[in-house]
Amino acid sequence: MSEQQRKQNTERSGFSFGGPRPGAAGMPVQKARDFRGTLRRLLHYLRPHRWTLAAVLLTALLSTVFNIVSPKIMGDATTKLFEGMLAKMEGLPGAAVDFPYIHRILWILVGLYGLSAIFGYLQQYLMAGVAQKIVYDLRRDVSAKLARLPLKYYDSHSHGETLSRAVNDVDTINSTLQQSLTQLLTSVITLLGIIVMMLTISPFLTLMILITLPLSAVVAKVVAAKAQPYFVNQQRTLGNLNSHVEEMFTGHAIVKAFGHEAKSIAAFHRINDHLYDAGWRAQFISGMIMPLMMLVNNLGYVLVAVAGGVMVTQRTITIGDVQAFIQYARQFAHPIGQVASIVNVMQSTVAAAERVFELLDEPEDLPEPAKVVKLTAPRGRVCFDHVRFGYSPEERLIDDLNITAEPGATIAIVGPTGAGKTTLINLLMRFYEIDGGAITIDGVDIRQVKRGELHSLFGMVLQDTWLFHGTIRDNIAYACDVASEEAVVQAAKAAHADHFIRTLPEGYDTILNEEASNISQGQKQLLTIARAILADPAILILDEATSSVDTRTEVFIQQAMRRLMKGRTSFVIAHRLSTIRDADLILVMNQGKVIEQGTHDMLLAKQEFYAELYHSQFGSNGSKESTG
Amino acid sequence: MIKLARFLQPYRMAIAMVLLLIFLQSLSELYLPTLLADIVNLGIVRGDTAYILKIGAVMVTVAAAGALCAIGANYLSSRVAVGFSKQVRALLFTHVENFSLQEFDQIGTASLITRTTNDIAQLQQALTVMLRLMVSAPLMCIGGIIMAVSRDAELSLVLAVVIPVLALVIYLVASRGIPLFRQVQVKLDGINRVLRENLTGVRVVRAFNRTDYEKERFDQVNRDFTATSVQVNRIMGSLMPLMLLIMNLSTVAILWFGANRIDLGKMQIGDLMAFIQYAMQILFALMMLSFMFVMLPRAAVSAGRVNEVLEMEPQIKESATARTEQRAMVTTQPLPATAATGATAATTATPMAPSQLKGPAIEFDHVTFRYPGAEEPVLEDVSFTAWPGETTAIIGGTGAGKSTLLALIPRFYDVDSGSIRVGGTDVRAMTQAELRGQLGVVAQKAVLFTGTVAENIRYGNEKATDEEVRQAARIAQAADFIETMPEGYDALIAQGGANLSGGQKQRLAMARAIVRRPPIYLFDDSFSALDYKTDAKLRAALKEITNEAAVLIVAQRVSTVMEAERIIVLDQGRVAGNGSHRELMATCAVYREIVASQGAEEDAHE
Repeated sequence: MSEQQRKQNTERSGFSFGGPRPGAAGMPVQKARDFRGTLRRLLHYLRPHRWTLAAVLLTALLSTVFNIVSPKIMGDATTKLFEGMLAKMEGLPGAAVDFPYIHRILWILVGLYGLSAIFGYLQQYLMAGVAQKIVYDLRRDVSAKLARLPLKYYDSHSHGETLSRAVNDVDTINSTLQQSLTQLLTSVITLLGIIVMMLTISPFLTLMILITLPLSAVVAKVVAAKAQPYFVNQQRTLGNLNSHVEEMFTGHAIVKAFGHEAKSIAAFHRINDHLYDAGWRAQFISGMIMPLMMLVNNLGYVLVAVAGGVMVTQRTITIGDVQAFIQYARQFAHPIGQVASIVNVMQSTVAAAERVFELLDEPEDLPEPAKVVKLTAPRGRVCFDHVRFGYSPEERLIDDLNITAEPGATIAIVGPTGAGKTTLINLLMRFYEIDGGAITIDGVDIRQVKRGELHSLFGMVLQDTWLFHGTIRDNIAYACDVASEEAVVQAAKAAHADHFIRTLPEGYDTILNEEASNISQGQKQLLTIARAILADPAILILDEATSSVDTRTEVFIQQAMRRLMKGRTSFVIAHRLSTIRDADLILVMNQGKVIEQGTHDMLLAKQEFYAELYHSQFGSNGSKESTG
Repeated sequence: MIKLARFLQPYRMAIAMVLLLIFLQSLSELYLPTLLADIVNLGIVRGDTAYILKIGAVMVTVAAAGALCAIGANYLSSRVAVGFSKQVRALLFTHVENFSLQEFDQIGTASLITRTTNDIAQLQQALTVMLRLMVSAPLMCIGGIIMAVSRDAELSLVLAVVIPVLALVIYLVASRGIPLFRQVQVKLDGINRVLRENLTGVRVVRAFNRTDYEKERFDQVNRDFTATSVQVNRIMGSLMPLMLLIMNLSTVAILWFGANRIDLGKMQIGDLMAFIQYAMQILFALMMLSFMFVMLPRAAVSAGRVNEVLEMEPQIKESATARTEQRAMVTTQPLPATAATGATAATTATPMAPSQLKGPAIEFDHVTFRYPGAEEPVLEDVSFTAWPGETTAIIGGTGAGKSTLLALIPRFYDVDSGSIRVGGTDVRAMTQAELRGQLGVVAQKAVLFTGTVAENIRYGNEKATDEEVRQAARIAQAADFIETMPEGYDALIAQGGANLSGGQKQRLAMARAIVRRPPIYLFDDSFSALDYKTDAKLRAALKEITNEAAVLIVAQRVSTVMEAERIIVLDQGRVAGNGSHRELMATCAVYREIVASQGAEEDAHE
């Protein structure tokens, strides 16, 4: 996945030598739903830079104008040369080429070209700064937004989707700003400039060139329209092929175990043949545009050469003008093609921007209350008072839940997988807002406490260990802005992590890699426990599951957790009989709801869900215990 | 890159044609300025309108011929490039299908997927561009030089100066910019990483109240990336203006020196105009070539990655009879009836009747195995026997080697020493199809394929009747939820089984193994995704149909293994205990430790 993404990024940030980005004509373009609105909003990001952008516009204008005027001036030199030659040929007395004049013109040209290059570079230089700054702002906004989004967003959107908006889409905007915008600018200026210049030379020849213009537009349009269905077909087949490959490779062991290799290969060949068929056609047809456009361009060239030639013989135009005209005609096709492709690029850019803005428009957490209560010296008395909650209004999961956890108490949450045990934790941490009732800590409604402060009351150790790319020390000290070396080591010792950390080559400075795969799952869990110990919270949230840990580490983890829980109010997603039996309160959950609550003995006596669950989990021995 | 060129072999005629056509097209492009020179030199100077028109007609014909050649070349090159990628992709896929898990571990599944899809797409793109530009650019360049020299050799000295200067400028800018591009890539990965960490760890970040800290962390990578991006764009931004400047200045130089030569009568004015256009064509071709040098390294990386896979030999070699199968798979040709292959895979997939197994079902005989490059063996000197009609459970902590042990039985890996016998035969002496035909495997993570529910179950036995499919679903406790689906057994399963819960997927995976009715069942921690009730029901139903089969279960829960006839306790790759629950409680310390860690100790003793 990450590799695939990297690949895409390579392609996107790949630079071009000023040409339009490669993308075959006729390829379907993603379109924005609200093009104008999105564009306006995107322009909003450009606003702070309007003066720099004005400078970019000016330099682009100057650079292009100097470039465009030059062929006409050069034509004058050629004309002078030609006239001198003709005069000499005709044997006029004192006939000579006017070299001082020609040389003067050539020096002027050197100056113009030089200036054009300088302004051209300036334009690129300025644009690089602006474009990157804009994208930086956009990225910062996205990151700030992600910090304000409620957990609900994260639970209902895949990481891949969010990542692709925050990275790939922003990157698309980046390269458009960097390359396509200035290209569009210079292309339009060049186009207009050339037309003006051509008109000043000869309106008649200009007309001849302009005749070819609609022709090339028609050619491009017809071919692109023809190619489109093939591209759609190719894209679809490619999608099929990719998902077949993905499916077969990820299920490789199963494919082999059931002896289906040949079948999988046959299916692959079928799709692959299909892809070949659609692929070469799409490529062939879209590849026709280039030669056809070139042909049209060449026809214009011949027209100018012939008509211009005839006009020179009739002395209605000079030879230098014909030369200049040919140069203009040659340059003409390039910006047209560019503008056409940039229009496509713009469309996909606005579509990308729209996706980014959609993310920026997601509803946020409720704002902090105006008057916040400060919790000093929290003791950890937690109350659920007539709490009502459902993830969606139609489905009420919790109806009138009342729990009181005294400071230092242990609340065990049990239930089958997928019973919604994390729901309670989501509410407790105010990751989700409750629909009715109140949750209080030490008598204070959690909605009256700043989120940050509320969260700092809790320590969390989840089964899904989260560590970041950084040193072990930084990971343990994550909760604290400053933590002394001693405190970190103390916490690691308490979590039974000190020993294994010291066996690592770099000790506490060992850098955990991206997937933290350089330490084992159990060791990761020990680190998250150390992190919670160092944070020293009043209330603990623990997930006891240690399913992928070897027995010795598991014993360590248990001991560490027990030490951590001492003296703190603990909410434990319990998997262990000892924890459950010793808990002050057991909440039994099933299908998202709290269906029973009470102590172990109370619940067993009830002979309902808990009792059944308990027996099935711990086998017949458990039932013996309850009956005996 | 060059190694992959062998796949172009079948296209050598087409490629030759492409070269020829592009050569002709380049000639036509070069010929146009020559004709223009004629118009100026012969037509305009003499005022011969008829001649001008005649040459004009010739020019149109040349241009049209050039376009035809280009279209022809495009047709052929499309077929070559797309055909090439099709071929390499097919070969790669077939090759990978024959890999054992060892090669999958080595390269990684995700990477294998990207190599088969993205990398080959990259190669196809590179080949297309190469066929179009790589060929025409040098041709235009050389042709332009020849034409220029033939027009006026002395004036060509201007080119002798300009070309190296242009090359130098491109080199200087690119050599500064390209390393920076790599840095940009690395820094973009950094942005990606911090974002991904923030997404996956959102609960922890908020719980520890580190939102501001994370914002700062992100801002840091963001700033870093921006700074490098600005730098690289400023460097690369100089390339285009510089190249334009060089091209323009060379025109000026040609005019300057050309004017002198015309004055001396050594050159005609039309030649000068043609010369300028040759120079433009040459310099343009050079710019195109420089573009190629940016593209080629990227394609070369892809080629290297594809080649690495193609050159990887599957570690697991079939016995002599099985070789035919491997070859046959690559070519997908009909096979000899005796060999187990494509068409016959289904036949072999139909398992033998359980009664065919007499004597021990699975024997591990002093098996030692290590993953390549690992210091310690995962399994060391493991010996045990599993009998038909018995359940053999394997328990132990992670890293104890349980799943590895199970993966050795279908011969996903080969043992380093010792041997494994299935039904009395060494697994290495059978064909893979023959061996796997006796096994019903349920993996730890349920893998389903796109298709209907029935198709997925039938994956285990293609000849199963509808009734057999239903029965398998019933035993696997899957029938209930299947029947609640609107389309029942014809309900479509999305890719990766995304529309099913973990437990549902696992039950379908079980049904898939059950429908085979194999003499040997292998369950790799397959019960953990099920809730306790379903787990118990399923095991009871399974018991009824497996009374003659050998069942191997890898488990984490003591409750799952407690009733097994034989429990193998693995501890750090070695067998620490072998016996029933009762025996092990009495004799095996490691087992007692495991039971204790799951809090069932007290119960067991009561």
